[in-house]
This record gives sequence, C-alpha cells and structure tokens, in this order.
Amino acid sequence: MTVAAFTFYAFAVTTLLGGLMTVMSRNPVHSVLWLILAFISSAGLFVLLGAEFVAMLLMIVYVGAVAVLFLFVVMMLDIDFAELKAEMARYMPLALLIGVVILMQLGMAFGAWDYSEGVAERLAAPAGEVQNTAALGQLIYDKYIMLFQLAGLILLVAMIGAIVLTLRHRTNIKRQDILAQMYRDPAKAMELKDVKPGQGL
Amino acid sequence: MIGLEHYLAVAAALFVIGIFGLFLNRKNVIILLMSIELMLLSVNINFVAFSSFLGDLVGQVFTLFVLTVAAAEAAIGLAILVCFFRNRGTIDVEDVNVMKG
Repeated sequence: MTVAAFTFYAFAVTTLLGGLMTVMSRNPVHSVLWLILAFISSAGLFVLLGAEFVAMLLMIVYVGAVAVLFLFVVMMLDIDFAELKAEMARYMPLALLIGVVILMQLGMAFGAWDYSEGVAERLAAPAGEVQNTAALGQLIYDKYIMLFQLAGLILLVAMIGAIVLTLRHRTNIKRQDILAQMYRDPAKAMELKDVKPGQGL
Repeated sequence: MIGLEHYLAVAAALFVIGIFGLFLNRKNVIILLMSIELMLLSVNINFVAFSSFLGDLVGQVFTLFVLTVAAAEAAIGLAILVCFFRNRGTIDVEDVNVMKG
C-alpha cells in the first residue's frame, strides 16, 4: 500500500467515524466535537484530491465558524438532552432500514456507472501547472462573478436574518438613553446656592 | 491506486450517515442541523472528487457556493432554534405544531 492510499484510507475512516459518532453520540457537545473531526479529515481528503483552497476554506468556515456556532448554541441553551435522547432506540430500526435501503440504491447506481465516451483521455491528462487557488480565483472573479456576488448577498441576508431573529427588546429593565443624556440641560439639572458662613442652607 | 470510485463510496456512506442521523434524532434540532451539514459535506466530497479527476475546476467553484449556503443555513437555523427555545423552553420538534405568529 502506498503512502497516498494509506492516507486516503485513514482520512476516509476518520471522516465516516466522525459522521457516525456525530449522529450516535449521547452528549451534543461530543456530537459537535465529532463533527469537527469529520470536517478536518474531509479537509484532508480534499488536500489529497488537490483542492487545497477548498480544504482550507472548509477548515476556516466549517471548523472555525459553523462548528463553533453549534458549540456555542449547545452550551448556551439549557436543554435536558437526556429526555430528547430517550426515544432514540425507538427510531433505530426505521433509521437503519432507511439507511440500508438508500445505501443499496447508491451502491447500485455506482455499480452500474461508467464514464461516457471521450472522458478517458481527460482523466489521464493532469491538471495544468497553475496553482489551485490562482486558477479558482481566475474562474470566480471572471466567469462566475455574478454567482460570487449572489453568494455574498446570501450571506448578508443570512446575517441580517439571524440578527433580526435573535434580537429582543426586554421591557422593565433600565437602559442607557444616550439622547436624553445629551439633551440634558445643566441649567435645569442643578441649582447653585450661595451658602453664608455659619448659617447653612 | 485510489480512484474516483473510492471517493464516491466515502461520499455515499457519509450521505447515508446524514440521513440515518435525521431519522435517529427526530427530536433534537441541533443534531438534525448537524446531519444536514454532514449531507452537504458528502455532496462537496462528490463535487471535489469529480472536479479533480476530470480536471475541471468548476466543481470546486460550485463547492464554494454550497459551502456558503451551508454556512448561511446553519446561522439561520441556529437563530430560529434560539428564538424557539426562548419562547417554548424546549427544542423538541414535535412541539412545533403551532404557527400563530
């Protein structure tokens, strides 16, 4: 077995193990940590495929942002997970049945699958000498600039939506009112008294 | 020699694990969202594998957009989850049967 094959099998097994433990784990915090393992090892698979930019993006976006967001929500919400997990055994047979059926369908699809005419020589041809990131940049900023902008728009909408959804104005608490502070007039707010010695006010 | 089929097999298995998780954790929305993330990841593996073996970078460009949508979906989903938890005090999806605004 070559080094590349060994690396592939190591990453593939850790990806699948991470995925399986994500859905099977009893503690959601452990689930998120297994999810991070799955993401990191699939980033390894992407590096093996020569897609370095997507691999690094996966590490930054998924591990750095999405998984941490999950972890944050799991830890912030005070949820009784034992109660939610109690019925897991009930759904197990159905889940296994559906999983096996879909796996067999995918197996049949991949078993009967073959390349179309004329792809064989493209398969043999190695990718050009230009670096992965540079080539991707030329594609994104030139041919797919519209889609790129739309992706940015999607992120903007998601950001505004998340803020609007989670923002809340609680009544009956004291807040700082900046305008009231600025419009406050010193002449009305305080009074100067000339205190005679020995008399007091 | 590792061929395209190996990567497709990994992606298929990961996709099935995602669906398995959807059915296994019917009540816990957080794990449901994580299962959806796993399925999107398996789709990404398919895209990148085909892109790499066919020498066509467009697959990787599409992976980028799938990643964007997945991140947006996770953010919105978790925001809805936080909102729902504030109102109902639970994240059991079977309680989500009232839509009175």
